[in-house]
Amino acid sequence: MSTDLKIQLKDVHKGFGPKKVLQGIDLEVPKGQSVVIIGGSGTGKSVMLKCILGILNPDQGEIFVDGEDVTKFSSRARKKTLAKFGMLFQGAALFDSLPVWENVAFGLIQGKGMNRKDAQEIAIEKLRRVGLGADVGNLSPAELSGGMQKRVGLARAIATEPEIIFFDEPTTGLDPIMADVINDLIVECVKDLGATTLSITHDMASARKIADRIAMLYHGKIIWDGAKDEIDSSGNDHVDQFIHGRAQGPIEMELLKL
Amino acid sequence: MRNPLAIIGQVVLASLAEIGRLSKFSATAISSIFMPPVYWRHVLKQMWLIGYNSLPVVGLTALFTGAALAQQIYVGGSRFNAASVVPGVVVIAIVRELGPVLGGLMVAGRVSSAMAAELGTMRVTEQIDALVTLSTDPFKYLVAPRLIAAVITLPLLVIIANIIGVLGGYLIGTGRLGLNEGTYLQVTVDFLERADVISSLVKASVFGFFIALMGSYHGYNSRGGAQGVGKATTNAVVSAFIAILLANLIITVIVFGGRGA
Ligand SMILES: Nc1ncnc2c1ncn2[C@@H]1O[C@H](COP(=O)(O)OP(=O)(O)OP(=O)(O)O)[C@@H](O)[C@H]1O
Ligand SMILES: [Mg+2]
Repeated sequence: MSTDLKIQLKDVHKGFGPKKVLQGIDLEVPKGQSVVIIGGSGTGKSVMLKCILGILNPDQGEIFVDGEDVTKFSSRARKKTLAKFGMLFQGAALFDSLPVWENVAFGLIQGKGMNRKDAQEIAIEKLRRVGLGADVGNLSPAELSGGMQKRVGLARAIATEPEIIFFDEPTTGLDPIMADVINDLIVECVKDLGATTLSITHDMASARKIADRIAMLYHGKIIWDGAKDEIDSSGNDHVDQFIHGRAQGPIEMELLKL
Repeated sequence: MRNPLAIIGQVVLASLAEIGRLSKFSATAISSIFMPPVYWRHVLKQMWLIGYNSLPVVGLTALFTGAALAQQIYVGGSRFNAASVVPGVVVIAIVRELGPVLGGLMVAGRVSSAMAAELGTMRVTEQIDALVTLSTDPFKYLVAPRLIAAVITLPLLVIIANIIGVLGGYLIGTGRLGLNEGTYLQVTVDFLERADVISSLVKASVFGFFIALMGSYHGYNSRGGAQGVGKATTNAVVSAFIAILLANLIITVIVFGGRGA
């Protein structure tokens, strides 16, 4: 197995009760690359990220991070692996009992044991990078708009400078300009930190900007996977329909059949 | 119509599965208490939330219960040796049973529900998942401090409840029933045994454990948005009540069961 694969999923299945969500995912994320997953709502994109993080346990299949099968890890080994990750959650998932700066500094203080003062400085710097002033740092997350929460979530995900960063719909809920700022920021993170990223998005503009490779999730499987320039000539009806946002096509017919 | 035996079977299996999950949760929670780090700042905050904020409701409950108890014992045929019976029965009833049980139930109503709502909201808004991605064990960060705080705080609250309960009896006894003030206090002290106080505090600690455990368990495992959190809150209070009443019976039988005769 190639050693420069950062993440590899082999035949991963995950269901909830009778409902099968992931039905044999195969995916490879090479080191330093930025892979974007596209796919309809409710197809299991967020579930896939959570399986890689070990927040959910897959029913079947193997997940390798740096060549080690994390599904077989003890909780201690898993914790060590988790330190490599940063994640921006779809709903931001900020801790509403803590002020904004402490949210951003959380991984530094709790995870890495940094003292609060240094962590606060870094937090304010990270907030600045996502376009938020130091004054925002003292607000509570509930006082922020949805888009601001998203940016704080992003600052929190990159604060510990992780090797692997997951972005779950990073631009949803942002205005087009801020969305582009975030796209740039993601591209920068990959370059500066040499980070490997796995992102989920419905926003094709964002996908084209941040992706090296794009994969499409449909019916619990990756049905197409290729370099970003190839997506317009994928020859796959599902992909074509999705990237052009057409209501008519194979995906709609599946919906009608349900 | 469905076979009633099948329904009973399903209910039994579902309850056993729930008990299994709860036991596993408790085991993880307890082991997380004994592994560093302990978030003492959170423990103190929870002690404040559980203890200080429960004082008014626990105090009032104890005061009124102690007073009503004194009145009932007086009319219950003991008018003639009321001077010794009223203070004695009041202090025994309050310290052995009513102080810890009523205190525990009142705190459960407040605290189990609040814990379930807070952790439940954190669960459905993915804050608990976020903790994990930030290399923080949610059991150590969220559950352990609540358990530690409740186990420490409940005995303190129950001591206060016991004192206020006895005071309630004293106020009615001396103010309304005409009992002698000095004698009342003397009899109270004479009747009270060390075992009563110890069992009262042990009960309080155990109840504190169940209050925090049920609040955390139902909150931590809640799912399905606002509705799920609402359900978790109700279940937390109901199961904390049941656990408290059952634990009370067991402790009472163990400590006082051998006396009888
Ligand atoms: N913890 C859970 N328990 C039960 N079902 C779940 C759970 N998490 C997700 N699901 C179900 O799995 C399916 C996929 O969910 P997921 O959140 O991964 O979708 P998604 O692809 O991220 O969609 P979106 O683009 O809308 O975010 C959904 O039908 C959801 O109801
Ligand atoms: Mg999602």
